Amino acid sequence: MAQAVAPSKGMTFGEMGSALAFAALALLSIIIAAKAYTPEYAFHAYLFAAASVAAVFAIVNRYYERPADLPPLTIGGKPNYNMGPVKFATIASVVWGIAGFTIGLLIALQLAFPALNFDTAWLSFGRMRPLHTSAVIFAFGGNVLIASSFYVVQRTCRTRMVGDIAPWFVVLGYNFFIVIAGTGYLLGITQGKEYAEPEWYADLFLTIVWVTYFLVFLGTVMRRKEPHIYVANWFYLAFILTIAVLHLGNNASIPVSLFSPKSYIVWSGVQDALVQWWYGHNAVGFFLTAGFLAIMYYFIPKRAERPVYSYRLSIIHFWSLIFMYIWAGPHHLHYTALPDWAQTLGMVFSVMLWMPSWGGMINGLMTLSGAWDKLRTDPILRLMVVSVAFYGMATFEGPLMSVKAVNSLSHYTDWTIGHVHAGALGWVAYISFGAIYCLVPWLWNKKELYSMKAVSWHFWISTLGIVLYISSMWVAGILQGLMWRAYTSLGFLEYSFIETVEAMNPFYVIRALGGAFFVAGSLIMAWNVWKTISVGETVEEAPQAMQPVLIAAE
Amino acid sequence: MSFWSRHKIFETNSIILILGVLIVISIGGLVEIVPLFYLKSTIEKVEGVRPYTPLELAGRNIYVREGCYNCHSQMVRPLRDEVERYGHYSLAAESMYDRPFQWGSKRTGPDLARLGNKYSDDWHKDHLKDPRAVVPGSIMPSYPWLEKTELDTASIAQELKVQATLGVPYSDEMLKNAESDIRVQANADDPNAVDLAKRYPKAQSRTFDGNPLKVTEADALIAYLQMLGTQVDFKLYDNKANVR
Repeated sequence: MAQAVAPSKGMTFGEMGSALAFAALALLSIIIAAKAYTPEYAFHAYLFAAASVAAVFAIVNRYYERPADLPPLTIGGKPNYNMGPVKFATIASVVWGIAGFTIGLLIALQLAFPALNFDTAWLSFGRMRPLHTSAVIFAFGGNVLIASSFYVVQRTCRTRMVGDIAPWFVVLGYNFFIVIAGTGYLLGITQGKEYAEPEWYADLFLTIVWVTYFLVFLGTVMRRKEPHIYVANWFYLAFILTIAVLHLGNNASIPVSLFSPKSYIVWSGVQDALVQWWYGHNAVGFFLTAGFLAIMYYFIPKRAERPVYSYRLSIIHFWSLIFMYIWAGPHHLHYTALPDWAQTLGMVFSVMLWMPSWGGMINGLMTLSGAWDKLRTDPILRLMVVSVAFYGMATFEGPLMSVKAVNSLSHYTDWTIGHVHAGALGWVAYISFGAIYCLVPWLWNKKELYSMKAVSWHFWISTLGIVLYISSMWVAGILQGLMWRAYTSLGFLEYSFIETVEAMNPFYVIRALGGAFFVAGSLIMAWNVWKTISVGETVEEAPQAMQPVLIAAE
Repeated sequence: MSFWSRHKIFETNSIILILGVLIVISIGGLVEIVPLFYLKSTIEKVEGVRPYTPLELAGRNIYVREGCYNCHSQMVRPLRDEVERYGHYSLAAESMYDRPFQWGSKRTGPDLARLGNKYSDDWHKDHLKDPRAVVPGSIMPSYPWLEKTELDTASIAQELKVQATLGVPYSDEMLKNAESDIRVQANADDPNAVDLAKRYPKAQSRTFDGNPLKVTEADALIAYLQMLGTQVDFKLYDNKANVR
């Protein structure tokens, strides 16, 4: 209240509305906490209450601190970009990344040394594994996507992001969802559907956050000062929209009570299985592919200072990728009780999906035409280019594994785990690291990263980690598959199941070693980011990110 | 006007772009998922599949809570080695009341679709408490807290009711007796066990964890594990009648 309050100052509709909404949520949460069936659920209700009260306080406090007028859209003819939420999500992605990779390392070690489960419910593999997958996909990947999409959409549309409180609600709300989801797993609150474990109330909250995200992004696109919507934004839009559809479809459930964390899904058995993998595979297709292709389409041309290789290829591969991905889910259910016709459709589309995937890879790699020499001098570009190469490798391996004959061997084995990590570590994490390394100096007005040498170290250490990881899992998976189906000359199964478990041990140890290298790399990144922000050399003018060249329709 | 310039409409109009994306992503899902709800061949007609007893359902919820599906599948594929290792391949009908389905995607441990009645209750109890005590090479975590934790039955009647709303054939009698059925099934010689078996054919009633004094989470989980894959009598099952 110390500041002079301009006479015309009043709360905006957004401030008033969201403060009231959070106050109501706080009240509801306290009632739920009081009547909750389980202490775990009460704990979550109290978290919701505390967060809502904090939100009300922050909104009111911000109102008193701010000048009478909201920030202008432009300053001196230049767009007045809103980078606060982008900065938060960038830092959050680094923190969540380290957490997610470290938990991954722990569960990898648990498989090699079961004593590391410590006979404790919270630390047991079955609860930690969803924590790992959610932390890396949704916490690390999600924050990278939110940060980069808010950055890219403002830059390529040359306009300030829509909304005043909304962008902050998206970033903070999303990270609060992560906390609820993660603590829920440790406390045993789960839907038991892979990559969609959060229970109904967390899903409901995420839906509100996600719709806000969509509206902020779309509103910013509609406010653009450019006639054309840049290709990266097509991919971001498809990602946000499709994830909303998938989330609603796969989480349709009825809670046991408002006061119970438990819900039952409306789909059952075979239908639930296909809905789950329609969701699950397209979490890969849209969250981990379309979203990160958007990153590729902005950051690689920017960093290489070359235009996107082919405008036409980007059109073809955009539409064919989003059309075909949706069909590929049934390849997770080969030879199961899912009807054969659905399995076959899934296989055919998965094989066809190879082409749009490689269309994207070619468009990314060939963007370096005339700038390949930069791979020698720029370790950030090297990270991103290797990531696109991993994308190409994983999207070749995927169609291969979706062929029923191959799948009969590979399914249920660690080959799948290796395949996932070729994509997740090689493609998703590397393109994310590249984006983070680009974003941090741009956002904090620094000349360059604190240490390029550290980026090189990060690159080589984590590449070594990935190679150890995926090659050990290839061997483990194929060995496992072959041992399961091995027969003696007398026609008996050759190995008991436990013999196949014991055979995995050396590969699990090698895998954990690879994971440790990857964690080490991410720690180097965190140090580098920290040093860049705290002691990096400041530039006077924010480095104007040059517009990646978009060739307009002829 | 070239073919490529027609794409301009998507690049200059965000609403048209969104509608285009929505249409394109809807087709595959609709074509693959919707028929599963009306094609009769999706789920075979089989004798014997019944809803879970309250105790089995509580056990199943513990199975879900502990994330067992992360390492164990419940789906035997129709491949020679799997049928020999685990038993008859799984039918869609066998998981028709499963919410969520627990087919799994990984076999760090063996498939559990046909686990029921393969091992004794004592074996399960010892194995859950310390897997390496009975299978030295096992890498499964220990679950010593299950046999110490009393089963929370407060909301079981409500849970059955929600399932009934979703179409699981729980009768009024089943709903009425939900909470008492838990104690009946977890007891060795409860006189009401006969009624329970009438409501839920083949339901096995006994002290699963060897401790008659209280109904624990181990009771529920073992009751669930012991019924897995036992509902359909494959001596009577005619797979030719259900060619899918």
